[in-house]
Parts: sequence; C-alpha cells; structure tokens
Amino acid sequence: MPATILLAISLTDFIWLVVGLFIMFSVLSGVVLSLTWLERKLLGRLQLRLGPTRTGPMGILQPMADALKLILKEDIIPASSEKVLFWVAPIIVVVSAFMIWVTIPGSQNAVIQNLDMGLFYIIAFSVVGILGLVLAGWGSANKYGTLGGLRAAAQLISYEIPIIMVAISVGILAQSLDMREIVSQQDDYIFMLVQPLGLVIFFIAGLAEVGRTPFDIYFAESEIVGGPFVEYSGAHWSVFFLAEYINTFAIAALVVILFFGGWSGPWLSGDWGIVWFLFKVYMVIMVIFWVRGTFPRLRIDQLMAFAWKVMVPLSFLSVVMTAVYKFYEWPAWSLTLMSSAGLLVVGYLIYKRMTGPTKLVAEVRSRQEALEASRRASAPAGGN
Amino acid sequence: MTQMPDNPVANAEPVEMLLNMGPQHPSTHGVFRMVLWVDGEKIVDVVPHIGYLHRGSEKLCEGEQYNQVITLFDRMDYIANFNNEHLYCRAVEKLMGLEVSERSEYIRVILCELNRIASHMLFIATMGLDAGAMTPSMFCFRGRERIQGLFESVSGARMMHNYFRIGGLKEDVPEDFVQQVREVLDLVKKDTEESDKLLSFNEIFLARLKNIAVMTAEDAIDYGLTGPCLRASGVDYDVRKAAPYSVYDRFDFDVPIGLDGDCWDRYYLRVQEVYQSIRIVEQALDQLPEGDVTSSLGRRLLRPPAGEVYVRAENPRGELGVYLVSDGTDKPYRIKVRPPSFCNLSALRHMLRDSWIADSVVILGALDIVLGEVDR
Repeated sequence: MPATILLAISLTDFIWLVVGLFIMFSVLSGVVLSLTWLERKLLGRLQLRLGPTRTGPMGILQPMADALKLILKEDIIPASSEKVLFWVAPIIVVVSAFMIWVTIPGSQNAVIQNLDMGLFYIIAFSVVGILGLVLAGWGSANKYGTLGGLRAAAQLISYEIPIIMVAISVGILAQSLDMREIVSQQDDYIFMLVQPLGLVIFFIAGLAEVGRTPFDIYFAESEIVGGPFVEYSGAHWSVFFLAEYINTFAIAALVVILFFGGWSGPWLSGDWGIVWFLFKVYMVIMVIFWVRGTFPRLRIDQLMAFAWKVMVPLSFLSVVMTAVYKFYEWPAWSLTLMSSAGLLVVGYLIYKRMTGPTKLVAEVRSRQEALEASRRASAPAGGN
Repeated sequence: MTQMPDNPVANAEPVEMLLNMGPQHPSTHGVFRMVLWVDGEKIVDVVPHIGYLHRGSEKLCEGEQYNQVITLFDRMDYIANFNNEHLYCRAVEKLMGLEVSERSEYIRVILCELNRIASHMLFIATMGLDAGAMTPSMFCFRGRERIQGLFESVSGARMMHNYFRIGGLKEDVPEDFVQQVREVLDLVKKDTEESDKLLSFNEIFLARLKNIAVMTAEDAIDYGLTGPCLRASGVDYDVRKAAPYSVYDRFDFDVPIGLDGDCWDRYYLRVQEVYQSIRIVEQALDQLPEGDVTSSLGRRLLRPPAGEVYVRAENPRGELGVYLVSDGTDKPYRIKVRPPSFCNLSALRHMLRDSWIADSVVILGALDIVLGEVDR
C-alpha cells in the first residue's frame, strides 16, 4: 500500500488491518492444508484407493507431513538459471494469490477490506500470477519450463476474457461490482437461476484459469513434466503449490458469490452465514476434484480453439442477453429462458460431436461382422 | 516405401528448438529417448535413440543350454512373458519334431491369452495416463493385478515365470485353476467395461486421439507394422488366423480391425481384443482335456538336430518371430528375434511428422512399445 494511504488511516485501523491480514494468511494456509487432504482422499475414492491412511486418523495429518517434507528438502537452484527471476517468480505468484483474498468476503463482515470495485480488483489481480509463471519458466533455464511458461501465458490470457465478460454480466445484473452488494442482490433468487450459461462459462474458464484438469496443460506431467515448476524443489515448489490451491479456492469462492448467493442460506443469519459460504465453496471444489478424476487433458491448440471459438462468443452473448434484459426490464424468467436456450444449443452441438465417433465405431463393428460372416461362408470353420 | 524428406536436423533454422524427451521422461515408457526438433509447439523432426536397455540377449542365448534360454525370452517383452516363452518353446519343438500333449497346449494358450489381456490392460492404463486421465489406469491395474495373482498361483512368479518347458510345462496347474480363471475373467470383463465406459468415448479423449498419426494400410505394410498397429489401419492380419499355430484353430474368435488407422483406432482395437481374448480363454477352459503336461523328454540335456527354423506368433504387440539355428550341440548356434515393438517403432518418425509436442506422447503410447524387447 502506498505510504500516503497508510498515513491517512489511524493507528488502530492500521493495527486491525495487520491483524486481519495475519488472520487471512493463517486461515488460507489452513484451507490449503484441508484441500490437499480432501483432494488426496477424494481422488483416492474415485480411483479405488484409500488415499492417505497412515498419518493420523483417516490420514488427516498427511498435509502436515507433506509440508514438513517440503520445507526440510534441499532447495536446489540450477546453476544456469536466472537467479533473480528464479527467486522472484514464486513470490509474484503467491502474493497475487493472497491479494485476491483481501476483498473476497466470507460473510457480511468477514472481509479485510471491502471495495466498491471488488470484482474488478479480483479479476485484475488474478492476471498478475501469470507473470510469475512465465518468469518461473524462463528463469529456470529449462526448455520444458519455457514451454510451460509460454503455454500458461497463452492459456490464462485467453480464458481471462470469458471470465471478465461473465463478471460484467453479473455486474449488470447486480448493478454493482461490490461483492457484498452482489450477494445481497441474490436475496430473491440466486443468479444461477437466471444465468445458467454464465455459470457454466465461468466455471469452465475458472478451471482453465487455475490450470486444473482438463486444462492442466501448462504443467502437463506426461508431456512437459511439470512445466514452469520443473526445476523448483523444496520450499520454492511448495509456494507454487500453495498459490495453486489458493487460486482454486478463490475461483470456487467466486462461483459461489456470483452465482450461488454467497453466504445466504436458511437457518443461519448474520455472520454465521460463513458456514454456508464454506459449505458451498467446498462443494464447488469437490466438483473440481471430481472433474480431475474423470477427464483427460486437452491439447494446446484445442484449448485455444475452445476459448476463442466457443467460450468468448458465448460470454459476449451472455453480456448482451443480460444487458437487453436489464435495459427493457423484462421479467427474470425471460433471462433464464434465454440463458438456458444458449446453454442447450451449445450442449446439443457438443453432443453431436460426441455421437459422431460412436456412429463410426458402430460402422466398424458392422463391417467387422460382415467380414467374419463372409469368411465363415467361404471356408466352413473346421476343427484341427 | 514413401520418400523420406531431407533431414532437417542437418540444416535446421535457428528458430527451431531441440527438445530432449527421455530417457528419464515419464511418458517414454521405459528408457527410450526422442530428440525432438520443435518450432514452437509443432514438431519438425524427431530422432529416436534406442539401446539404453541393451543387454545382448540374442548373444547371451548362444551361451545357454536350450532350456535355460527360456528365462532370457522372459526378459525380452517383460509385459507378455508367457507369449515369449511359448514362441521359443515352439521353435525348439519344431526343430526337434516334438509332439506336445493336448493339455499343455491348452494351458499354454490360456496363459498366453490371459497375458495378452494383462498386457492390453496395461496399455489402456498408460494410454489414459498419457492423455492425462488418471482414473482408468487404476481400474485397469485392478484387473491386471487379478491376472498377475493367477500367474503367481500357476508359476510362482508375477513376472519372468519360466513356466513353459520345451515339450510341455514345468508342472500341472493348481487343482482349482479352471474355477479361478473363470472368476477372474468375470471380474476382468467388468473392469475393462468400466474403464471402457469412462475413457473410450470421452469427448476430450477422442479429440486428443482421433485423426492423430494416421497410417494408411499401404504405409502400415511398408513400415512392417504388425499386431494392433497394423490392424488399426484396416489390414485384417493376425497370425493366429493367418497361420494358426498351437490350438488356435479350434477357437471361434474375431479379429477386430480399425477404420482410420489413427491413435484412437489403435487404442480401441486393443479394448476389443481384450474381449476376444476373454472369449478364447472361456472356450479353452471348456475344452481343456485331461492328461500329462510334463515334457516327454524328462530332464535330459537337449541336443536338437542341426538345422534352422523360423516360427512366428501373435504377441500382444504384434508379430514376434524367432529364427533359430542349431549346430547339433546343446546350445543354440544363433537366435535372431524379430521383436514387434522394434519394427513398429520404425514408423515413429512418419507418424510424428507435423504433429504437436503433446501428440508425441500419445503417438508413442499408442505404439505400445516395450523397451526390453526393442533393445533386447
């Protein structure tokens, strides 16, 4: 924060700010630990495994063991690396990840600093992390790393556009970019009901933004063996890991705030709403982990084609629909109808593409059977 | 043979980057090394390097007695041990004109087909991993573990069984073998269906594999591809049907063929072959005769008559051939192996032309090479 702003606030406020930031840091670190455990456990269940079992009951202490191991590991810095970039890159990535959380509210008052332009601020800061990834790839003087860094830049910048567009359409709906205002606008109906298209775009683009499967292209283990992180080890690597999980958590939190009514829910009022918020966020995160356990990875050109040919036009459509709806003050169900229709059309097109190859296989099978039949007819199958 | 382009490595533009994949890369399926010349994400040329696992198996065979060579064959294609043992035993039996008892031939076929299933399941698992899907690999490994357990109960080892003998088997199978195999087959069928449903027609998986590295039937024959890689290109050629050996002519099974000859066809063909192998094993279990399985030769030192013989078999990876020359002593004079992985690998450069870096992984994965066999 610039010094002028620091001077303008009183000492008490300043102390509270520091305390708040400290709490945020601790809570987020705790969340990351819980997420790593949850991911291991959930993926294990999906894959017929048990996940961690040896460290504490149900392996609950596994994240501690992981963290301890990473911190105690030797931190190797390659001799040919660009030392400054190599050191700065993780810091950029992790700081931008934490900065986003300054203005994401967990409930009405559980926020460090609510901003009128909260959504704008969040989206602006989510791009900064890319710089760190590119620097990490370049600085480690590794070809896999460089490729990964460039892939990250291309991927994240492309998927930033749909995210921005959907955020704009939510902003139009709520007539505000203030996160608290957006949530309070969803008292009557959550935005998911009027903007299902926006939710789907935001969720998919969000997955790409944090590089989760099927968009884990920039660190694709089976191709470029970890991408920008390939030369990092020990504490440096754990910082990237931390940032990745915080970003995943942030995307899930944004999905919940923008589309699922944030901390509003029955039975719990006031700041107890944070329980609802956490519940919803963890549900979204479980979906992200579920996707990871199910899908293969796209290729970079398919990823870009999907961004520019599907996601970007759809997100523009979403903005236009919302703007028209708001301008003419149509009833809410009209937007639901428009948005769902858009979703259905796209879904149908993708379904068509999916069934194409299935027909192909049916054709192969029938050809196969015809071949077998003709062979049997020509030469009766005899023993010996 | 199609004309190769001029080697771009020799006069590469400075914009191209040399990217070394392997031998420690996780997706090269062993110690294989590809030196890729890439222009951005596009592959310009590839230079494959083999030999990291070279143990001189063929030469070692010349120093071993005939019965001892079996263990060396186990270590060539270490994913399909039984198939390798079977072929070598057949070679020596043909040279000596030995008759093998019906029961041992049936047990050999059952074990070979089970081994084919296990090998294909490993392929499906790694194919998924190469494309970035983690979960199918676990489904397939569950099935493969069941088959491995069966192998262990039969031969005492999960790999490198050393169970087949020239003229028979080491010993008879356990008493509840038939029952065990039937149970395992049911479970394996379910496992395969599960991963098939999850992976085969997944939109992303199709996008990654369909129309990648297309080999026309002419190209495939020119490069000497065999096995699933050849049949994926639409050529109906399977040694089990084309030149039936052992007791394969007594079973009713189909030879699946692909339509386009792309990576997805190579993948899906193997899924279909798993079902066909299950059919063969079921029929073999029904027909399994009683009798003796040990070799009529006993434990005598083998001295086949001087002469030469070539035999071939349909291995999970393609056509395995053995050329064996005997000079009448107790050790083979020369053994030359035609490993399917090595011959299939020769098409790699053709397949990788104009593909992406990410494709190189799935293309190599779809060839399904075993480096123990490539390098021998």
